[in-house]
Parts: sequence; C-alpha cells; structure tokens
Amino acid sequence: MKYLLVEDNVDLADAIAARIKFDGHTVDHAARIDEAVAFVQTNEYDLILLDIMLPDGDGRSFLRQHRATANTTPVIVLTARSQVSDRISLLDLGADDYLTKPFDHAELQARCRAVLRRNAGAAHSTLRLGDVEFDSVGGVLKVGGAVITLRNRELRLLELLMTARGQVFSKQKLVDRLFSYDDDVSENAIEVYIARLRKHLEGSAVQITTLRGLGYRLDHDR
Amino acid sequence: MRYLAVLIVALWPALLAAAEWEDHQTFGDTEASAPLRILSSTDTSFFAPIIAAFVARQPGVAVEYLVTGTADLDARFRDAPAAYDVVISSAMDLQLKLANDGFAAPLDMPEHPDRAQWHKRLFGFTTEPAAIVVNKELFADLPLPRSRQDLIEVLRANPERFTGKVGTYDVRDSGLGYLFATQDARSSETFWRLMEVMGRLDARLYCCSGEMIDDLATGRLAVAYNVLGSYAEARATEAGALTVILPSEFPTAMMRTALISRAAPQPEVAKAFLRHLIQMQAGGGDAGFPLPPLATSNDATGGTSISLDPALMTYLDRMKRQMFIQEWENAIVQQD
Amino acid sequence: MTAEVHVHGSLRRRLGLILTGGAAVLAVILYLAVRTFAAQIAQQGQDSILNASVTSILDTAVLRDGEVLLDFPYASLSMLGTSADDRVFYAIHADDRLLSGYDSLPAPGASQDSLPRFRTTDHGGEPVRMATDARTLIGAQGQTTVTVSVAQTQDALSETLNAISRRVALFGIGFFALSTALALWAAATTSRQLRRLTTSVTRRGPQDLRPVAQPVPSEMGPLVASLNTLMGRLDHALTRSEEFLAEAAHRVRTPLATVRAYAETTLQRVDNPDNRKALHAMIRAIDESSRAASQLLDHAMVTFRADTLTREDLELSELLRDLVDRMRPVADMKDITLSLRAEGPAVLHGDAILLQNALRNLIDNALKYAPAETRVEVAVRSEGAGPVVTVIDEGPGFDAAEIDTLATRFVRGKAMGHTIGSGLGLTIVQAVVLAHGATMTLSNTAEGGACVTLQF
Repeated sequence: MKYLLVEDNVDLADAIAARIKFDGHTVDHAARIDEAVAFVQTNEYDLILLDIMLPDGDGRSFLRQHRATANTTPVIVLTARSQVSDRISLLDLGADDYLTKPFDHAELQARCRAVLRRNAGAAHSTLRLGDVEFDSVGGVLKVGGAVITLRNRELRLLELLMTARGQVFSKQKLVDRLFSYDDDVSENAIEVYIARLRKHLEGSAVQITTLRGLGYRLDHDR
Repeated sequence: MRYLAVLIVALWPALLAAAEWEDHQTFGDTEASAPLRILSSTDTSFFAPIIAAFVARQPGVAVEYLVTGTADLDARFRDAPAAYDVVISSAMDLQLKLANDGFAAPLDMPEHPDRAQWHKRLFGFTTEPAAIVVNKELFADLPLPRSRQDLIEVLRANPERFTGKVGTYDVRDSGLGYLFATQDARSSETFWRLMEVMGRLDARLYCCSGEMIDDLATGRLAVAYNVLGSYAEARATEAGALTVILPSEFPTAMMRTALISRAAPQPEVAKAFLRHLIQMQAGGGDAGFPLPPLATSNDATGGTSISLDPALMTYLDRMKRQMFIQEWENAIVQQD
Repeated sequence: MTAEVHVHGSLRRRLGLILTGGAAVLAVILYLAVRTFAAQIAQQGQDSILNASVTSILDTAVLRDGEVLLDFPYASLSMLGTSADDRVFYAIHADDRLLSGYDSLPAPGASQDSLPRFRTTDHGGEPVRMATDARTLIGAQGQTTVTVSVAQTQDALSETLNAISRRVALFGIGFFALSTALALWAAATTSRQLRRLTTSVTRRGPQDLRPVAQPVPSEMGPLVASLNTLMGRLDHALTRSEEFLAEAAHRVRTPLATVRAYAETTLQRVDNPDNRKALHAMIRAIDESSRAASQLLDHAMVTFRADTLTREDLELSELLRDLVDRMRPVADMKDITLSLRAEGPAVLHGDAILLQNALRNLIDNALKYAPAETRVEVAVRSEGAGPVVTVIDEGPGFDAAEIDTLATRFVRGKAMGHTIGSGLGLTIVQAVVLAHGATMTLSNTAEGGACVTLQF
C-alpha cells in the first residue's frame, strides 16, 4: 500500500516512515503543504497521514483543498493538539479519523484498516498462496473457497506472517507487534493465536512451522 | 388763657366728682381680704344680677362695684390704674384710648366676635342705640317724630311748646354724650341743624342719661335727644308716657366695653369676671343678662354700631375736641 | 467565578445625596429670599399707609390767628385699622412744641433730611413703625413748621409675615420633596444605564469578547471604550495563550512521538532482554506522560466550561453512536466487543462538548481495563427524570474500598496494575456530571465487572 506522510518534523517523519516500511508498505514524505499538493497531483495514494501544524500553513487548509478536488483518498490527521473542539472540527472538515501524538503504531494500523475498510472505493490487495486467499484489509481469509472470519489479533498475526513468509519471527517480536505495550502479556499468549491460525489453515497449502528456540515461520506447499 | 379755660371745662366733672362715687356697692364674701374692684359707668341696677351670678359661682370672692361718669372714670383710672381690676364704660373712644395707651391686659377670647373686641384687650358686650325719647303727653296731638329731620321740623314748628322742654347731653361733661355727638356729626349735617334748633329752644344739658329720663318722666322735658335707649326702655315700662324712638335714617349704636387693668391687683379674678360677663352676654336676656346683648349683626338695629377702631381717638385729640366743643357751643349754648 | 470587588460608596446614593442636598440648600435659600422679600413688601405696605395717614393729617394744618390748627379727618386714623388691631400713636408738633397726641413718641428733632421718614423704633417696650412728615405754614407772624408722626405696632405685619413664612416653608418643603423625588428618579435612571451595561456584559458567553456595541450615554463612553480595549486585549491574550498552549503541546508531543516511534522500531530489531525492558519502560513512560497531559488539559477545559454551560438539546444515543464508532478500532486491537444499546430517544439539554468528553473518558477507561476478548457494553435509556447511561465491562471491577474516592483527582485504581491512566478520567466525568445536575454511580456487576451509571 502506498502512504503519503505529511509531517514537517524530519525525525518523526523518518521514524514513522521506517515503521510503515517495516510493515511492508511504501511511503512518500512531504514536509510542507505545497510538497504534499505536488505529491497528490502526481501520485495515487491509498492513505494520507497529515500533520496539522506545518511551516507553510495549517494542515486543515490542505484538507479543505483536498476535499474540494473530489479526491477520495482517506486522510488520517496526526495532531499534537488534544482539544475537543479541534477533534470535532477536523472531522467536520473531512478528515476520516485522527490520532493524537504520540501514538501507538498498532493503533495507527488499526485506524488505517478501519478507514480503508470504510472507504469502499479503495482496491483491496489480496494475498494468494495456493488455495489460501487473504484480504488483510477486509479481514477475510478464504481457505479452499470457504470464508473464515478472523479476529483482529489473528488477522494481524496472519498478515505479519504472510507478508514476510519464510521469515522466522521470535515469540518476542510477535508480542511486540500484536500487543499494546501496556498489556502485560507473556510470550506464551502467542501460542494461543498460533494454535487458532493453524486450526483455520488446517488442510491448506499453508502452514505455520514451529522452529524450536527460534520462533515461527509461515511455509507454503508449492 | 383760652387753653386753660378749655382744660378746666374738660376736667370739670372729674374735679367735681373726684371725692365721691355716684354709687359704691360690695358683693359676695365680705370677709374676702381683697375684693375685685370694678370701675364702671353703668348703673349698679344693671350690673347687680351679673355680679351676683359671678360671686355665686366663685365662692370666697368679693366684688366692689364703683360707679361714676364716663369722663371721670377715665381720669380716675389713668390716675391710679393699679387701684382697679376691671374698667367698664359706655364711652368707647375713651376705653379704646386706654387700651391703645397700654393700660389694658390681654385676654384670649377666640369665641367672641371679632368686631366686638380690639387688640385682645377691649371687649364690647352690649349693643345700645342712641334714641329720641319723648313724653307723649306733652306732644299731645303733635305727630311723633320718626327721624332727626322730623324732630327738627316739629321743634321749629312749635317753639312755644318746646322752649325749655328739650334736652340732650352736655358733651363737655359726658364722655358718652361726646361720643354720640361726634359720631352724629360725622354722619350728617342734620346734627348741627338739630343742635341749632335745640339751642334756640333753650335746650337743657345733662351729664347723664338717668337724669334726662327722670325729667322726661316728670314732664320737665318733652323730648330728649341721644338718650341711651336701654335706660329709657327700662323706665318706659313704669312711666307709660315715655316713648323710645330710634331715628330711622341712621340710628347710632354704641357698645359698652370692658377691659382688665394691666396693673390689676387680681388679674385672674378679673379675667374670670370678664369671661363670665361675655358668657352671660352670649346667653342674652334668657340667661338673665340685664342689658341689650351684642347685636348679631349691624343690620339688626337698622343702623351702624360704632366700631372699635383707632379712629375713635380722632375726636379725643386735643385740638379736635377743642374745635368740636367750640362749634357745639356755638350751636347750642351761645344761643342764650 | 465572581471576583471580589472593592466597593466604596454608591454612585446612585452619591448622586441622590448631592441632588437632594442641593435641593435642600435651594429650598432654604428660596425660603429666606421669599421671606425677606415678603417682609419688604409688607413693610412697604405698612409704610405707605402710615405715610397716607401722616399726609391726611398734615393736609389739614392751617394757621388761624397765629395758631396752628389741624382738623384732621376720621379716616386719618381709621385707615390704620388692621386685622390684629394694631395700636396707633401719633404726635403733632408745631416747631418743637407738642400740639397734641402722644408726647412719648420721639420728638421730630431739627433734621429735615429726606422727609417723609420711616423708622422702626421702640414705644412702651414694643417695636413700632413710625412715619414722619413736615410742612411749613407761613403766616403774618412768621413761619411755623408742623411735623406729624404716626406710629403703629407691627402685630398684623408679623402675623402676615408668619402666615407667609408658613406658606413659603410649606412650599419649600414641597419643593424639596419634589426635588428629592426627581433626584432619586434621576439617580435611578443614571444607575439603570450602568446596570444595563453590566447586564449585557454579564449575560455574554464565556468566549464572547466582542466590544460592547450598544449605544451608551456620553459619560459612560470612556468607561465602555476602555472596557472594549480591555476585552480586546483579553481576547488577544486568550487567543495567544490558546495558541501558546497548542504550540506547547505540539512542541512536546512531536518529540515524544518521535522518540516513541524510534523506540518501537528499535524494539523490532533488538533481542537483548535488558535493552528490550528499557525500551518498554520508555514507551510506557511516554504514553503515561502524554495521557496525563491530555487529561490535565481536558480537566482545565471542563472546569472552565462548567461555570457557563453552552446548553442545547442533544440526542444522547446519536452522540454515543459516534463515540462508539470512533473507539471501535481501539477495542478491536484487544478483540473487545464494544456495543451500544440504545432504547428509544434520550434527549438531554446539555453541553455537547463536555458530555462527549465525559463519555469518551468512560469508554476509554473501560477499554483500558477490560481484558482481551471480552465485552464492553454502553447502554442509554430514558427513565423517569432523564436519560441514564451505563458503561459496563467484564474486567476486574472497582475495588470496593476505593469506590467512593475514585472520582477524586489523581487517584488511580489499585487493581489496575500498571495500566496507563491517571485517574483524572473519572474526575473529569464527575465534574461534567455535577455541572449538569446529574449523578454518577460506581458499582460492580454480579460477574465482577465495573459498572458506571450516569443518571441525568
């Protein structure tokens, strides 16, 4: 998926971009409104992450402009303000959602997913591995044509494993990615979700292999 | 020289009567140490009922009633104001001058008519007209006069019948006579013509109403002018021949007045007596008031009451008096 | 929020006092002036009568046989009659010799200046007014000067004066009473202008710092002008401080966000348990501080707004539906089923922003403390007096010992372990609920979950 990150703080932009890339997406970074406008005019984005306080103006004016051109790309505002009235006016101006800095990347992901799911016009990317079809945005898993509805954490775990198939994830890494930092979860909690996924994928060409002492890996029978 | 003569004439009655009183009576508690001394020109007979009623109401009070002529009364009182408590006189002018000169003490009588009091010091308590009194027997067939003019005509027409038979006050002697004469003269010239006519008829001159009425009753007089009607009425009942005529053109009426001496030895009793007098007067004849009470208005007698007014002092002026008496004498006396 | 005002005196009272005092002084001056004037007029009246009397006496003076005679008319003294029966004295002198009248009156003396003369003198212990005039008669033996003086006591005059004084005093009192009424009316009218301005300023909303536009009397112009200037400055300062606050939040939150993002990214690459532990602690500290900052700001806003609610008619179920939709991604992260049960309309007259803030805090708390894969139910229903909102979770519930003190500022639930939350959330809810005259009840469900009930 392709993100446009509009953020004037270079350090923060780098950190967010790195984190998004880590998840396997592509990111363009604009530090100013005029840059952002240029990017939007020449590229198509699945999602725009917009900071409000920008050196050449208020992010809200970009938002207004953006909506005026009938561009349907959803926008999530990243704001450093927390005043209630701001939140309301942002939504009134056409932002799809907002997030107060600093934020949990997992929450950003969750909100992005919710926004994308709501945005009917967006093309859903579907991952296909043999008889397994996975729409990470819609959260729908098809195994041999049968539709299986996944819970959020199952979905995220599967997405993680599928986008980096063949790669080994330690339990630790998985906990980091699936749970909030304020949840006090033991690494064993991962085993529950692995077990659930294995049950969903039973009999398919895809399986989750346990590498003792190292972690898990998604394998695919050709 | 002339002034001296006038002075002697003026003071003559006073000098004459200085020693004794016309009448002198005491009422009430004779044991009382200090009687209320009333100096009066009114006959005791008229005042006795009033005083009797007073002493009856005020036990322990004695009243000494002293009677003299109006002019003498004035002189005596001016001489010794501290010797008397109440002064009663028919000579309104003299009384008013006493009050004006500060001899009277004030007394509040708000219910008493305003025209009958002056300066809260002098109080009128009767209305008594001056009258023409005739002896009908001596007039015989002659018509009784209704007015001064009638009188002049009847006198002129019958000098033989009236010579020596007409009488009036000697204004030189009588304060009241002087008052009546001056008021008459003020009102009409008829007065002087009447005086001249009477002078030609050898008029007899009197000091007091009482004597004039006596002479009328006995037939020594056929007609008397300016007699006090009240006295005449009183006598007319006993002497049937007397007729009292109020001149129809302008009856002159005087008020008998009373004042309290400012130097009164017994001011409180004096005030009580004056209140009693006024109160009795207000009741009129029904309440046993022996004198004609105040007329309710001037119209009641068909003429004018002499009003209590500082102008009453006009004819008391030395020069005015001198000139008036001169003229009067010219009219009535020097006809001899 | 009324600040203490140092009050000294009252404009209305001061104005009333000045006007009333002025009226009193005027009334006294009026009284004295009219009385003096009346005394003069009355004295002139008496003088002219005295003069007429003197003239009428003097007119009759003749020289007959070298002797001065005055046959003055009755009217000369009659005209001196008064309602108070004033005493009358006269004296007629030929040269310096008393011809007749009262010798107790002062002799004419030699002075011939300005006849007729009027003077007030004493006669027998009583004040009298005396007029004197003279005339020279020429006869065969020479000339004689006849002087006539007429004097009169002043009882009627003083009676008249007293009557006039009484009337003028009454008039003065009436004038004073009327003036006082007018003064009070004027003072009331003046202060009404001030009160009207006060009311128009007091009635404004908390955000309304526009200048006063309504017309005011010119005297109040400067006050209103400086008030407008002050409000302008205040508006400016407020805007600036709001901007400053936003700027400050931005300046703090942006680096925090940077640090957090880096920490998260780093965590993905680090395996050493000690390093990982440190990064965890770092992230948690960042989250706690930013949440605390948000809630402190929210709390300040709620406290400020609670004094002057901006009320409107709200459909609570709609407001809750928006909130629940917005919170659902957060719930999903823990696989929590967040549901809204709305039974019929629930209309409330209240402040939308405050209510939204309070309800968001409640749901936020429930999501924070509920375990994964449980249910959080928000319900709204109309019940008798007003709407009732309940938020129920399947978490550990409130500590029974703390249930009464939880809504107090900065207290954090004991059982929540290190779940991030400053405890300010419930304090904010409590403040909003109080401002709306509602009640908040904390309880635990039969299954042990927390249940917060707002009864409006």
